Amino acid sequence: MTPYLFVFIVTAIVTLGAALMVVTARSLIHSALWLVLALFGVGAMFVLLSAGFFAVVQVVIYIGAIAILMIFAIMLTRRVMREDGSRFNRGWWLAILMALVLLTGLVWMIQSWSGSSSTMQPLPPDVVDPIQSLGAVLVSPNGFVLPFELASILLLAALIGAIVVAWERK
Amino acid sequence: MVPLSYYLIFAALLFCIGLFGVLARRNAIVILMGIELMLNAVNINLIAFWRYRTPEIVTGMAFAVMVFAVAAAEVAVGLALFISIYRRRKTVTADEIDMLKW
Repeated sequence: MTPYLFVFIVTAIVTLGAALMVVTARSLIHSALWLVLALFGVGAMFVLLSAGFFAVVQVVIYIGAIAILMIFAIMLTRRVMREDGSRFNRGWWLAILMALVLLTGLVWMIQSWSGSSSTMQPLPPDVVDPIQSLGAVLVSPNGFVLPFELASILLLAALIGAIVVAWERK
Repeated sequence: MVPLSYYLIFAALLFCIGLFGVLARRNAIVILMGIELMLNAVNINLIAFWRYRTPEIVTGMAFAVMVFAVAAAEVAVGLALFISIYRRRKTVTADEIDMLKW
């Protein structure tokens, strides 16, 4: 067992366990804290995939902004922080069934695809820095400048929309 | 070394856990957390495919950046909606928010 495989397995187990706790924890604030751990595990996966930039973005955006925003929302709706009664709705067994069916289908599809056994090659020498080419392609007219601008407009619309929706009219 | 299928199966497991959270939980904020888990699974897939299949083309990474932006926008609007609903209805339980159902 190589150290890489060992780190991968440990990260996978921690991440999946934390994700399971997110969807099953009784207290909402515990759910949010487990979510932070799960997001951190996904960031570690990005490091294993030699995408360090995405690991940093994961910590800054997901843990630093989204998880904190969730904790704020939980505390603002504090009367329901501990759910009385069941955490799950009546169709929870149907949800388990659906998730398992989807998982079986996905695993079967991955196993039957010939490319799924491809191993990681070292980055080709002409790829100087993936981040450099990513930055260039995001603003080049032949690349992704249109989706990039669309994402900016989407963020602006979400910013204004969130203020309008949460505005308390006197 | 770790073959690509390990990452794909890990992402599939994470996606299914998130899907279970979205379908089964009653609290709307936890449903949003499940959606976050699903988006993270998609991101792992995008980055894994980039790293294993086409490391010289950065399309996979560019898509992952878009997923990050969409996730941030979705959480901001979603949480604003829940706070607004909580102010009027004193609940964020998904099956009690049924004003559109009659």
